[in-house]
Amino acid sequence: MPLTLRELCEQAHLEMLCGDGGRQVRCVYCCDLLSWAMSRAPEDSAWVTVMGNVNTMAVCLLADCACVVLADGARPDEQALAKAQEQGLAILASEEPIYETARRIGSLIEAAP
Amino acid sequence: MNILQMSYEVPGDDFTHAGEASSATKRALKKLGISPAVVRNVAIAMYEGEINMVIHAGGGHIDLSVTPDAVTMVLTDHGPGIPDVEKAMQNGWSTASAEVRSMGFGAGMGLPNMKKYTDEMHIDTEVGRGTTITMTVYLNKA
Repeated sequence: MPLTLRELCEQAHLEMLCGDGGRQVRCVYCCDLLSWAMSRAPEDSAWVTVMGNVNTMAVCLLADCACVVLADGARPDEQALAKAQEQGLAILASEEPIYETARRIGSLIEAAP
Repeated sequence: MNILQMSYEVPGDDFTHAGEASSATKRALKKLGISPAVVRNVAIAMYEGEINMVIHAGGGHIDLSVTPDAVTMVLTDHGPGIPDVEKAMQNGWSTASAEVRSMGFGAGMGLPNMKKYTDEMHIDTEVGRGTTITMTVYLNKA
């Protein structure tokens, strides 16, 4: 069974800022360029980035990512948070840098039974 | 014969609403039972077009039509036009401002992505008059 976002948050020590904790996550993807991420982020991925603006949320929605993970202490701006809440998108937050955050998420996904 | 026809206004310089046309299109195409791969391609191409209109053209207008064979998007703006289409089509070429780049855009992938994710793309542009881009994605690829 793939991990749910709730399980991921608990196990990876991520903060869930908004969204549906029941959604399943199947892989992890890192990128800060939005056009790049939109064309390459896999469906149901945890997308790790430091871009916390409203366009990140639009891309997450269009690419069908399971969540946006804001790394390195990045936080969504007000507009981004409002859009995520309106569209039911999940935003998770991590204090660790992108690589460490993604590595942690990746190993948990791989270890999931 | 059109199964679906929709049109959207894209406001200029307003990133809050950018992506709304492509999200609405994505939902509508999903409801029609169109394959997820086609829906994704259309949504990516349209979002790139929307963002281009917001960044470069002060907004514009999108007409979407769906027939049993294809999804066609016509994006019309009255912006500055594209002086050198060949250059604009190169991956990595961008005239976006530092502010736009700081938001994660301006990687010079907009037009190349639009071409990559559609089966046909036609650019009609004139400096000082504006740009019309017509993109088609076929539903039943041979």
